[in-house]
Amino acid sequence: MATPTHPTEPAEGFDFYNTDPASHVDGHHETGTLLGFWIYLMSDSLIFGILFAVYAVLGQNYAAGPAPSDLFEIEKILLATFFLLFSSITYGFAVINMQQGKTGKMTQWLLVTGTFGIGFLVMELLEFHHLWHLGAGPGASAFLSSFWFLVGTHGLHVTVGVIWLVVLLVQVQKHGLTEANTRRILCLSLFWHFLDLIWIGVFSFVYLTGVLL
Amino acid sequence: MSAEHHDDHPEDDAHGSYRSYITGFVLSVVLTAIPFWIVLGDVQIHLWLALSIIFGLGAVQIMVHVIYFLHVTVKAEAGWQVMSLVFTGILLLIVLVGSIWVMTHLNDNMMPAHDQIERVRDLN
Repeated sequence: MATPTHPTEPAEGFDFYNTDPASHVDGHHETGTLLGFWIYLMSDSLIFGILFAVYAVLGQNYAAGPAPSDLFEIEKILLATFFLLFSSITYGFAVINMQQGKTGKMTQWLLVTGTFGIGFLVMELLEFHHLWHLGAGPGASAFLSSFWFLVGTHGLHVTVGVIWLVVLLVQVQKHGLTEANTRRILCLSLFWHFLDLIWIGVFSFVYLTGVLL
Repeated sequence: MSAEHHDDHPEDDAHGSYRSYITGFVLSVVLTAIPFWIVLGDVQIHLWLALSIIFGLGAVQIMVHVIYFLHVTVKAEAGWQVMSLVFTGILLLIVLVGSIWVMTHLNDNMMPAHDQIERVRDLN
């Protein structure tokens, strides 16, 4: 994504992590922001990994309360899963259009992405609402504490992603596809695909396994 | 790939093409549909086989996302991207396997077996 002349880049470039001068001209990393953001995602996946471990340990301690098969509605989870999956591919299309300089089409794809993201969040809020009214709140059992914590953390990430998406759309409207905005959209694309990846773990491990066991 | 930005990158797939996104998407749909079908379709197979399929396909789908959506390649970011991913994967493996292993054994020891309860009762 680099143009060779980055306005804020020092003449010799940022090469604190790259000692190979030959690869510096390949225009792959104009600042290290994307790599830095990637490192953040890796640390975030450690957070999710620990939450998955907590769920693995506590997930069958029902405290004589409801079990997953009493609570989860797999059809709705399937719908939410496809919302996230569709939002992933539409974000991909937005990035392709961005790289071709088509701001209008990119904006449209990002709006579609945001709509799918909001659809996912609505499904999740409806589920939480449903559980809460069944008396299956986070305080009911160790299983439900770890479930709410894991799924809630993921939902919080998606919420932040949607807010970030809206902010970026406003930025693109005001300033166009500047170098900084392009970089931000690429960072958000990593974040967005990463959240879809985490969701694979959630639906496999929490929902499908929970209903089977 | 946009030619105006990446002339110097013949093999570059850094941020994807329609083809790679659609490939990833189709694979993901299949890999999502099968586990859900096993549960929703009430397929009569052994529980452990069902769980193995769900976890196996989940792992494959994570790889699909890493390759086709996150575009992790060995060459991206001079190798640091795949390096940090592998490192994180190892940490996650240690944390998850270690926690599950240790804590299931802890549960074994915490649960009084029936004869243990009887023995304590006999003490009175």
